[in-house]
Formats: sequence, structure tokens, C-alpha cells
Amino acid sequence: MNAPLPGASAMGDGAAVLARARLSIPGMHCAGCIAKVERLLGAADGVYGARVDFSEKSVAIDHDAAQIDVPQLVRTLEQNGFAAHPILTLDEAADSADAAAARHHAMLLSALGVAAFASMNIMLLSVSIWSGLAGNGRTIFHWLSAAIAVPTVIWSGRPFFQSAWGAVRHGRTNMDVPISIAVLLTTGMSLYETATHGPHAWFDGAVMLLFFLLGGRVLDSMMRERARAGASALMAAGAAGAMLVDGTGRAVWHAASAIRAGDMMLVAAGERLAADGVLIDAAARIDQSILTGEAASIPFAKGQMLLAGMLNLDAPIRVVARAVGDDRRIAELARAMRDAGQQKSRYVRIADRAARLYTPVVHALAALGFLGWMVAGAGAHQSLLVAVAVLLITCPCALGLAVPVAQVVASGALMRSGLLVKDGSALERLAECDMVLLDKTGTLTLGRPVPQSLDGLDATARAVALALAQASSHPLSRGLARSLNEAGAVPADVSDIAETPGIGMQGLWQGQKVTLGRHATGQDAAQDVGMSVTLTIGDGAAHVIVMEDVLRPDATAALGALRSLGMPQQIISGDGAAAVAKVAQALTLSATATADPDAKLALIERLRAEGKRVLMVGDGLNDGPALAAAHASIAPSSASDVGQQAADMVFMGDSLNALPRAVRAARMTQRVVRSNFMLAIIYNVIAVPMAMAGWVTPLVAAVAMSSSSLIVVANSLRLVRAAR
Amino acid sequence: MTAGLLFLIPVALGLGLLGLFAFQWALRSGQFSDLDGAAMRILIEDEGEGDTPLEGDARNG
Repeated sequence: MNAPLPGASAMGDGAAVLARARLSIPGMHCAGCIAKVERLLGAADGVYGARVDFSEKSVAIDHDAAQIDVPQLVRTLEQNGFAAHPILTLDEAADSADAAAARHHAMLLSALGVAAFASMNIMLLSVSIWSGLAGNGRTIFHWLSAAIAVPTVIWSGRPFFQSAWGAVRHGRTNMDVPISIAVLLTTGMSLYETATHGPHAWFDGAVMLLFFLLGGRVLDSMMRERARAGASALMAAGAAGAMLVDGTGRAVWHAASAIRAGDMMLVAAGERLAADGVLIDAAARIDQSILTGEAASIPFAKGQMLLAGMLNLDAPIRVVARAVGDDRRIAELARAMRDAGQQKSRYVRIADRAARLYTPVVHALAALGFLGWMVAGAGAHQSLLVAVAVLLITCPCALGLAVPVAQVVASGALMRSGLLVKDGSALERLAECDMVLLDKTGTLTLGRPVPQSLDGLDATARAVALALAQASSHPLSRGLARSLNEAGAVPADVSDIAETPGIGMQGLWQGQKVTLGRHATGQDAAQDVGMSVTLTIGDGAAHVIVMEDVLRPDATAALGALRSLGMPQQIISGDGAAAVAKVAQALTLSATATADPDAKLALIERLRAEGKRVLMVGDGLNDGPALAAAHASIAPSSASDVGQQAADMVFMGDSLNALPRAVRAARMTQRVVRSNFMLAIIYNVIAVPMAMAGWVTPLVAAVAMSSSSLIVVANSLRLVRAAR
Repeated sequence: MTAGLLFLIPVALGLGLLGLFAFQWALRSGQFSDLDGAAMRILIEDEGEGDTPLEGDARNG
């Protein structure tokens, strides 16, 4: 059922077009869902195979594009209760960067496996040498060790050699330079010792060094890998293509990349636009939450410009594409975000800052040891052995593990408490932030309409309203249904439910006509456009349910907690002054209103110039550049895809308490990282004089290296409770 | 240095190599690409595709 079956394509009519589609299915959460999705798709005509990737919450489908197209695949799933969206990437560069990161991760894992095998087996051989094996036996064992160690160093050392060479070539130095020198020098020296039947070979030390360091690298990349899967899982909405009306009036589905300016797109209700374009029907109601983060139904008139990513709420509309591909507004914002993100890539991580201090010290010590013994008349061979011992014993094992282990443990703790951390440097940057900028809609507020009060509705009205509301995908209906569900309402048995685009829902309940929708009298333009719904049951009086966007729960408490952590706050919002003032007053914060994406970016630049380190919390596409430019950034999981992509962290659920929790965990991680460095320094203070004195044998080195690494790992495990 | 070592060392190395090859094979065949999914799939009951569970086991879930 899972395997693609390319041989089964002999269907008779026409040529089969083998294609692979990827759909994101955010609602998958158990083994039953995996089985059901794969079975449903596998049973569809024209599908050869479907394979779920649960970490990514997506499914890859090999299918015959001539028999079944992507919208049909989506419909197959949606008819069975799985909301599915074709996966769309904002730009291909990000896509291929993803693939490269995944390949690098697999390469590190493979190198780690080889190093683990080699260090175990060389240790096996070394134990007998340390127990007193001498003469020919020792030489044979040394040669065996060499036969394992040399290929291992070549294979597993590549990540370090490549990075070190890259740094040296540009006249810089990083942590990988002393590592590479230590590994190569130790291996070379050991080969010489083996060839001359010497008593000590250090193959175990060299390989164990690689093993521990690769362990740190794998942890680091695992964290990024996990966040990468998370991010593309969250990239749910967005149109991967559109129905294009051709010359004969027939509508055929095309991928977004195949749409040209001037094409006419037919956008059904509930679909997103795949390109920017001009509306040619008389009117439309559009949800532009992907741009503003605010789920509301906005009226558009003929000739107005619609942007890619906007959601058509009502009747099917026709739109003539104007800007496609990279010219779309959404792609422009993506570019602005990428440029703003450059700033972040220049951030020097704490491990690299430590390496800048560490590298010259270690090289100087090794050189000093060599020269000292030469001056004392020990001979080049003996002196070189001391230098090798110094390089090996000061090996940055503990240093290499100090940062990644702490960050992996902390981000695991945060993930369990509903905070997704994209990479380790995000924790470092967050710990340094000293002020917060908050977007209003969707960040301080829930970003979805919630009824002001349900008190006006009795149990019957609630039951009917829920039955009608849950059958619609309109933002107001969804908000109402959610609140009713939370209030414990049970849907009434309403039959013949139908949705009239632009008007609302209607149905039959106990022989009476029931409706949920816009004000029948058309007075809704008067106040709060589209933010109230009316429920009628039979001939009874209409219930008007006023909906509004409310503050997130715990907003006041969470902001207070942030203030006590030394982080003052400001609001910056793209909304009108009146709406912003209301929230600002409720939270007693200063605020900037009607800020466009450029203004938000400019404010962050200005604060940076003043020496502030800004934590940006935002959700909308309009916050994207600001999220990318800020020192650190957090988005709610209700955020637009762009917001989630740009932010360093994403928090699940409604409560803003995630913010102080993230800051506290980040600062605690930073403290543990520093104590790890202290431990590594203490270890070196003891070990280096021993190495300089020439007391370090391969046995001592092996014990010292592994115990210092274990201590650092144990210290980092304290962070398991960091997210409390 | 006895004949025992001559025999045991290749055995030890061979077993280690076997483990290494098994790991590399698993890595290459994508078994590390969807760890969460793999944990879930063990719970899926296959329906009549050759490896049906034994009758006694079928009612456990």
C-alpha cells in the first residue's frame, strides 16, 4: 500500500503522466490518521502510492496527473475530514537550502556512526596494550588500530577539515582549526610511533575526539532539522496553483509557476489566490489575513487589486493575473525578509566567540610545550609527543559539547511546553534581548473574532447557532462555532443546511427555517463592518451576536512578567489609531499605529542604533521583515505562514505566558552554557600542566576526555526543567 | 599471543563492521527521516496484506 507502483500505469486511455504531489495535512495526529490517509489516497483511481511523513505532517503522493489532479487529491482527503493544502514554498532558494541541510545532517550522522564504530574497536585493542601487551603483539595491535583509524579520520573528519580549510583560506580561524590540527598531528605522530615500534600510539584519542565532537554537531543539526520539519508542517495555507480559464471557457488547474500575467484565474469560495491580479467580477468578499493577520471579511469591488495568498470567502470570482512568480507582493516581502535576515546571519554564536579566545591559547601552549622540552634537551621526537599530548588533552570535547547539548536539552523542554525553537542561536539571541515590540492584531489579541457575550442566547439558540456555524468556513462562523464549543453547546439536528455566499447559512430545524448571517436589513455598513452576525429561528426575534477580537488570555500577566525580567514593551501595529489606542490603554503601553512593514523595519533599525536588542513578537505577513530583522523574534502558531517562517520561535496555544517562559528558559540555557565553559576551563587548568609535564599517556588522555565530556552533558541535563 | 586472539579479533571487528553497515544501510534507506511516524506506524493494523497479525493478537487494540 505504501510503495509506489510505477508498473501499474497501463490504464489504456492516453499517456499516464507520473507526478509527485506533496500535501500538508496539519490535522494528522495519530497512527489511525496515517493509516487512513494512506488508505484513502491509495484507493483513489490514478494514485500509485502515498507515503505519510508524520514529522512533517505531510504526504507524498505518486499519481497519474492525467487521471487525477491536485485539487481532486485535496478533495479526496477533505471529504473524509482531513484539511489538506498543497505545499507551497515562498521561493525555491529556501527549498533547496532545506534539501542541502537535510543532506548535511545525514552526512554528519553517517560520520558519527563510523567514528563510533572505530573508537569502540580501537579502544578494544588499546585495552590490551594498556594492560601490558608488549613486543610484536603491541606492534600488530597498533597496525590494526591504524588500519581502522586512518580511514575513519579521513571519512569522519571531513566536516571539520572542510570548515577549517574554509576559515584558514580566508585568513580566519574557528574552532575547527585546532580540532583538525590535533586530529591530523595525532594520527601522523601515531603512525610514526607504530612504524618505529614505539610504546604509545594515540589512535584512540584521535578517533574519540572526532566521536565526541561529531556528537555535538549532530545534536546541533538535529535541533535545526526538527524545527525545519516543524516549519514546513506549519506552512499550510497558500495556493500552489489555480484554475485557469482558457480560450474555450474551460477551466484547467495549473501550478502557480505556470501562471502568466494576463491569465484569467477562477477562484472558488474558500480558495486562495496564486498570483496578484485584478478583480473583474462586480464584487467579492476577501479574507486578507495572510497580509494583515486579521481574519475579517473585507469587501472588494471590480477593478481592485487582489494579492496572492488572499482567501476568497464568497462566490467564485474571476481575477486576471497581473503579477506572477517573483513579482508578487508576497514574494517581494519574502525578499525583504531575506535581506533583513542577513543581519542575523552575521551574529557570532557563543561557541565561535569562545573559539576565538581558545584557539590561540591552545596553539601557544602546544608550541610552548614543544619549545620548552627542546630547550631542556629532550630531542625533537619527545618534544613533539608533548605538543601532541597538549593538543589532544585540551581538545575542545567539552567545549564542543558545552553549547549544543545545553541548547538541545532546553529546546526539547520548550517544545514539550509548546514552544518551537528554530535553532540554537535563537536561544542565545533571545537571552540577550532587553526590550519587546509587539504587534497588535493576532499577537496581543487572538486575531479571530470572538462573540462579546453569549448570554443573550439560550440553550436552543446556542445549539442551532452551532449547527449552522460549524458548517461554514467563514471566519465569523468559525469564531462563533469555536466559542460555542468551548461553552459546551451541542449542535442541534439541523437539516438542509445551505450556505449562500455573502448572505449566510440557512437550514431547517424542527420544521422551522433557521438562518445565521448578515443583518437582513443591510445596516451592517453602519458600524463595525462584518463584525456581527444575526441568528433567526422561525419567526422569532433575531439575535444579534456582536463579535470582536479580544486580548489573548494572560496578556496582562505575561507582559508584567516580561517587565520584571527587565524587558519594557511597545506596541507597533498596522491598524488604525483608534483600535490600537484601545489595546494600548488596556495594557498601559505606548503604541505606534498605522505602521507599514517598512515603518516597522525602520523602528527596529532605529532601536538597534540606540543599542537596544529588540525581541519582536508578531504574526502577520506585514510583520515578516520586522521579525527577520529583530535581534530575536517569536510568532504565535496562529500566525501567517510567513510570520512563522520569519520568526525564531513559534508558540502554540493562545496564552501569551509563552513569552516570559521562553525568555526565562533562554537565559537559564545561557547560564548553563557559561557554567559548562567554566567546567571545561577548570578541566584544562588541571590537564594542561600534566600534558606539559609529559605525564599524559594515551590511557590518561582517554579517561580525561571522556570524563570531561560526561560532566558537561550531565550539567546540561539540568535544563530538562527549563521551561517551567 | 595465542591462536585464540587470531580468531577473536577478526570476529570482534567483523561484528562491529556488521553493525556499522547496518547503520549506514538504515540511514541510506531513509529510516531516520521520519522518526515520529515510525513510532506511530507500529500501531497500524495491516489489513490482509500478507503480514496479517496472528488471530490471537488481532483483538488486543
